[in-house]
Amino acid sequence: MEIQRIEEIKTDDYRIWYDPETKRVICQGSLRLSGMEEYAPIVELLNAVLERDKPYIILNLQQLEFLNSSGISMLSKFVINVRQKGDIEMSIQGSQTIPWQGKSLKNLLRLMPSLKLELN
Amino acid sequence: MSPSFLSRSPLIPSNVFPPTSKLKMMEIFGNYEELPFTEEYLIIGFSPSSVPLKQRWRNNGLSADFLADYLITFFPSREEEPESIERQHEIKGAVSYIANELLENAMKFNDEKTDYPISIRLQLDTERMVFTITNSIPKENVPSFQSYIKELTTSDPGELYIHKLEKNADDENCTSSGLGLLTMILDYMAILGWKFETVEGTEEIITVTTMVQLTV
Repeated sequence: MEIQRIEEIKTDDYRIWYDPETKRVICQGSLRLSGMEEYAPIVELLNAVLERDKPYIILNLQQLEFLNSSGISMLSKFVINVRQKGDIEMSIQGSQTIPWQGKSLKNLLRLMPSLKLELN
Repeated sequence: MSPSFLSRSPLIPSNVFPPTSKLKMMEIFGNYEELPFTEEYLIIGFSPSSVPLKQRWRNNGLSADFLADYLITFFPSREEEPESIERQHEIKGAVSYIANELLENAMKFNDEKTDYPISIRLQLDTERMVFTITNSIPKENVPSFQSYIKELTTSDPGELYIHKLEKNADDENCTSSGLGLLTMILDYMAILGWKFETVEGTEEIITVTTMVQLTV
């Protein structure tokens, strides 16, 4: 199957895109969508990247200022999905200076102990 | 922003054992207390709206950010003290997260059949910050919410968090994460409490007030 171009998702509040040079999904802005249904396009983008780049997947959240609990749930669900596929190396790059990341990202390690979590 | 709606809303007794016979039910869960009178607080009220929830969803984030911005005035930072800047940043992030989660919940679970307003109040004491948010709740949703509250107040938050997420991951049709209150406890060390009340106007209305305390 031909590799499709993975589109970016962009609104006034956030932007999510795949950077082919660094092979990372970059999330930027403020993500406060109202529920799983609204997060579905983002999950789709993540799954498409995972299918193409496996056994590696890198998420860069260093410019994601806000994520609500529905977003944390979506991210956790994706991490569990990756874990269940097995043999995938997943990295999440975050920022120590964004308060929610310092508090909440570490919980992902409990869902997937092999996750590489880097907080800069 | 105007608190004028308060005069239109049914009377909410302010003491724990109100003598009025109009009050039919009151139940307290977790750490809930009636706040001492203070002149320093901020309250934002939302009147019932005919605009669909989806269209006014972004108001939650805007209001939460406003509350956070407002509050940091009371935590001045000085450039020569990096800790004060970091503290301000931490407080702003925490207020913004918690207020947004509380508003999202209130808007989602509000009883659309009543015109009871939603209000969020933020008060700063010497060593703590207190959020209180009041909304109406459909009678049929009270038992499930109360049993979730019991789960929240009796379980180990870390274990409950993992349990919920693993369960969500297995459930394709899961629409609500139920993580908002839990992340406040687990990640922000918040202390939570609830008050359910029946208020009587022309029709019976049940309200729930959620109280979140944060040490600062």
